[in-house]
Amino acid sequence: MKLRRRRSGHGQDPLAGALEGIAPPARRPGLLWLVLRSLGPVFLSVVLGLGLAAIFARLLGASPAVFFETLFAGTLGSAYGVSQVVFRATPLIFTGLAVALAFQARLFNIGAEGQMAIGGLAMAFVGASVGALPFPLAMFVALAGGALAGGVWGAIPGVLKARTGSHEVIVTIMLNFIAFALVNYLLSRRLALPETVRTAEIAASAQLPRLSEWSDALRGSPLNAGFLLAVLAAFALQAWSARTPAGFSLQILGEGPMQARYAGIPIARFTVLAMTLSGALAGLAACNFVLGYKHYFEEGFTAGAGFQGIAVALFARNRPLWVVPSALFFGLLSYGGLVANGIVPRELLDVVQAVILISFIVLDRALRRITRRAFEPAPIQVTPQAEPA
Amino acid sequence: MIETTLAFVAQVLRISAPYGLAAVGGVFSERAGVVNIALEGILLSGAFGAVYGTLASGNPWIGLLVGVAAGLAVAALHAAVTIFARADQILSGLAINLLAFGGTRCLLEAIYHSASNSPRIDALAPLPIPFLASIPALGDLLTSPLFLLAILVIVLAQGLLFGTGFGLALRAAGDGPRALDGAGLSLTALRWSGVLLSGFFAGMAGVWLAMEQHSFTDGMSGGRGYIALAAMIVGKWSPLGAALACLLFGAAETLQIRLPDGLVPAQFLQMIPYLVTLLVLAGWIGRATPPAKLGEAYDREEAE
Repeated sequence: MKLRRRRSGHGQDPLAGALEGIAPPARRPGLLWLVLRSLGPVFLSVVLGLGLAAIFARLLGASPAVFFETLFAGTLGSAYGVSQVVFRATPLIFTGLAVALAFQARLFNIGAEGQMAIGGLAMAFVGASVGALPFPLAMFVALAGGALAGGVWGAIPGVLKARTGSHEVIVTIMLNFIAFALVNYLLSRRLALPETVRTAEIAASAQLPRLSEWSDALRGSPLNAGFLLAVLAAFALQAWSARTPAGFSLQILGEGPMQARYAGIPIARFTVLAMTLSGALAGLAACNFVLGYKHYFEEGFTAGAGFQGIAVALFARNRPLWVVPSALFFGLLSYGGLVANGIVPRELLDVVQAVILISFIVLDRALRRITRRAFEPAPIQVTPQAEPA
Repeated sequence: MIETTLAFVAQVLRISAPYGLAAVGGVFSERAGVVNIALEGILLSGAFGAVYGTLASGNPWIGLLVGVAAGLAVAALHAAVTIFARADQILSGLAINLLAFGGTRCLLEAIYHSASNSPRIDALAPLPIPFLASIPALGDLLTSPLFLLAILVIVLAQGLLFGTGFGLALRAAGDGPRALDGAGLSLTALRWSGVLLSGFFAGMAGVWLAMEQHSFTDGMSGGRGYIALAAMIVGKWSPLGAALACLLFGAAETLQIRLPDGLVPAQFLQMIPYLVTLLVLAGWIGRATPPAKLGEAYDREEAE
């Protein structure tokens, strides 16, 4: 993530003079190239993914035209369809932000799935116990409970990384499975209604309002105020990253540990902070289902949203505001799978997502290489002088 | 008593075998410097390949070949993305797992018209070994060709990695690619062989699952690829160490099945592999040091 840096003095790079005559001047990429560089992989990979979907649909005996028509009409063709897409994008915004925030500090949080599960269970537990409080207050207390639990679960890999150097990728994978087992234990021994894998309903005053209460076009849609919270979170994170000292320190940490040490940033503290905030955002992702849709916690409700958050953050290049459109796109694919289920298996859309993801990382890497070759000066070659005999 | 003990041992071995194979696969990939989170997807594809090959040909040996080939194919995709295109290894693995889960489910519906499971298949017939077959409880296992093959390849893997020039070069590919490149050995070829070997082993683990269960069911790998990753770490990136860790994990899982309800909550036994891995990673039990250049694409033009 590049920061907007204010040019100091005359707007001249102080090193430029020093390097004159030694290093060839760097060529500046033009605007067209910058656009191509950042959006090219996104569009190309989407085209590739959908193209493959068309081929698979044909192989499975369905007409690609009918497939795309159904996909489009079901998702973007009606207010209800759009609201379903937005509903499915809501948790992805939260998990996308969670992954993006950690990525900004060069930490890879694969544990959003587990953090979301833990956060959801806490949210349902708190939501069911705060019936005595009035409406918005009870809701905010439940949200805080979810964020806190997710944050604690996210802090564990942060602390382990800071204190022992264990790689957060493996730790978060392991913690996902521990979280699933823990949630299963708490449900089966304490919190679930008899003969089910779900908790009791939360208090009415803790529920996020449905948007269908305000518009007839959304009748029956599960879309709720969780989406508004998600967008709010994206703006808040953007402001925090770009405008606060803590957010700035996180960016420096993302440049690398050497850079952070040189800048005097306490690496351990910011590693824990980044993972805790990331976990809290992932925990909040549960609000769409627990507080806004079903009003209880059900085992397996996360449904891969934590992992999809990685794809969302990748497409958004870790920029909080871009996470929103990126999540909407992946939400569209998720709901599209349900819509097109009669024509092709629902999982075809999972395959499409995988193909998009693979081609994106390949194309992005290739373009990075080309950019470096074209615009960065060749490294200065220092040839040792031959010793005079 | 002896009967019960032997039955317990047999069950531990049955549960550990696929973990062991997949974990040894992980060792080869990671020793060569390529993180392989795709083990889970390779396992699942191997299982599907085994079922498809067996049903299409009527011969479980063909099923074994097709299953291993499917594992190799998925591993080749991971290698192409991470070694040829130099893309991020963790992202590639995650995407490939998504691809394998979605893809096998689509194929299940397209070929067998079911959302959940394939028709029943026959497993490989036991070998007629006179003495072994008569051992109570263990006889079936010790005459199973797949089990014997698994033991054989795991032992060979240890020898290959630590006793041959190829193994030395493979380990160098993960520890010091620049030196390897400087010595004129092909890093690309070594990393490819590491990842393909992981496809071979994890594919075979998938074949094992399919043949034990006599069918393919949706998502049947059930996180075993990740347990294999854990075993690889606990086993400190050595084939025999990983196999031993798998026995430990297999024993925990067997206890979970066999202990009477309520003695120890099953969920806590489920957590054992992951908790042990965390403790090892944190350095509280021994110390696990991954290959030095694990996870980094090598680019000759980039400074270290």
